[in-house]
Amino acid sequence: MAKSKSESFLSKHQILERSPTLLLVASLLVVTVGGTVEIVPLFYLENTIEKVEGMRPYSPLELTGRDIYVREGCYVCHSQMVRPMRDEVERYGHYSLAAESMYDHPFQWGSKRTGPDLARVGGRYSDAWHVDHLSNPQSVVPESIMPKYAFLKETVIDGKYVTDLLATNRFVGVPYTDEMIEVARADFAVQADPEGDYDGLLERYPGAVVSNFDGQPQLTEMDALIAYLQMLGTLVDFSTFTPDASR
Amino acid sequence: MSDENLDKVTGVNTTGHDWDGIKELNNPLPRWWLWTLYACIVWAIGYSIAYPAWPMISGATTGLLGYSTRGEVAKNIAAVEAANADLTNRLAEVELASLADDPELNRFAIQAGASVFRTNCSQCHGSGAAGAVGYPNLLDDDWLWGGDIEAISLTVRHGIRNEIDPDARWSQMPAFDEVLVDDEIASLVAHVQNISGQDHDAALAAAGAELFLENCSACHGEEGMGNKDLGAPNLTDAIWLYGGSADTLEYTIRNARFGIMPPWTPRLSDAQINAVAAYVHQLGGGE
Repeated sequence: MAKSKSESFLSKHQILERSPTLLLVASLLVVTVGGTVEIVPLFYLENTIEKVEGMRPYSPLELTGRDIYVREGCYVCHSQMVRPMRDEVERYGHYSLAAESMYDHPFQWGSKRTGPDLARVGGRYSDAWHVDHLSNPQSVVPESIMPKYAFLKETVIDGKYVTDLLATNRFVGVPYTDEMIEVARADFAVQADPEGDYDGLLERYPGAVVSNFDGQPQLTEMDALIAYLQMLGTLVDFSTFTPDASR
Repeated sequence: MSDENLDKVTGVNTTGHDWDGIKELNNPLPRWWLWTLYACIVWAIGYSIAYPAWPMISGATTGLLGYSTRGEVAKNIAAVEAANADLTNRLAEVELASLADDPELNRFAIQAGASVFRTNCSQCHGSGAAGAVGYPNLLDDDWLWGGDIEAISLTVRHGIRNEIDPDARWSQMPAFDEVLVDDEIASLVAHVQNISGQDHDAALAAAGAELFLENCSACHGEEGMGNKDLGAPNLTDAIWLYGGSADTLEYTIRNARFGIMPPWTPRLSDAQINAVAAYVHQLGGGE
């Protein structure tokens, strides 16, 4: 066969195909370039996470409640992401901002909704409703298919590991201060005790809800979970928020 | 083409690759497939120019069409608001008591209110508004805080006993566990059973009547008819928020009840609050 110039250039791929090592190295290079183009901009683009006022790390009790939320698999049915669509905005409230999950490890985004989205559930129901609903969802919403979580009321917690929990979150980038970690256990207890001295807690975690969430004298997993639910989506004041349209 | 690459059976050239005597035919790709591929590439280039796509130094390219997800949702909401603007504005400013005089606006309010109710109220009051234990039934004519349309609107707007809205309706029943001894509580239970027409121990109830006057009548009234200014329920009927059995009554007297309803001002607009008040008012029990 008389080889033309173009044919000889195109047949160069045989060099790669005939050496497994070379093929592997070349594939890695291609994947690296593709990955870099997709991932690197997320780290330097300023508009990936816009700055919004009001966001703060979770308080120790909220963070404990969040761990219970994840442990119980609430995310299997409930997402925390109001998408920018009219029906969702009208049902749940302002669409979610990236900054609102900036302290989430792991985040709870999603669009599969066996249950309703919970990104803005905070303040929507009373604590007593949450206790009733988590204990026996069908007692308040007869058509609900949610399982019962009444045992959360029975499980007393003392925040033994909450200091470590905060420290671990700081390790992965949540800006907890030394002070926050030092008094984590006290903050943990006082958030469920409206009689206590919670001024420090509110100073460290503005907008935290202090309440005896489950109505029982002892501090239980129910308290922690409701503390978490009652703050969801409440930190950003959307009456003062002007969205940057170019997203 | 040389003969060494020609497959004699099919008359098609092979690629020249040889695996133990097996060779690969070098058939060209179907033209329609190839042209579809080229068209997709051209489309992708055009798409990435028209819409936001490429990451640059300080942000991504915005695209020639100026599309943004946020812009789109704002546009959609504005379009619906503009279409309803006339009715919504009238509804936001209407004198609620005279809403029924304007059939067009009333119809709109009830339909809009039904949708607000299903989204925001049904979780406690039930999708049919029949309530649940601890969450009032809105279908009957027994109202804790008043059942005329303005009272309903006020309750929706500010809520009940919440810490969020300073204008929330407020009252607090004392827990009598520490105040009264067991016998006294038992006789109060008998008295409440008496005035609500249930089977009761007459001797106990007589003693309870005195205690009721001293401890309960300030809010529930001397006859136990309740007081809508204080959200104190009428105890003489068969309608119970938490239950009317002896055990439940005893629990209620000992520990008191403190039902909370959130305020809806931050979440709902004036028009939406008026709409849901109109919807609840016409459910059957509106005064």
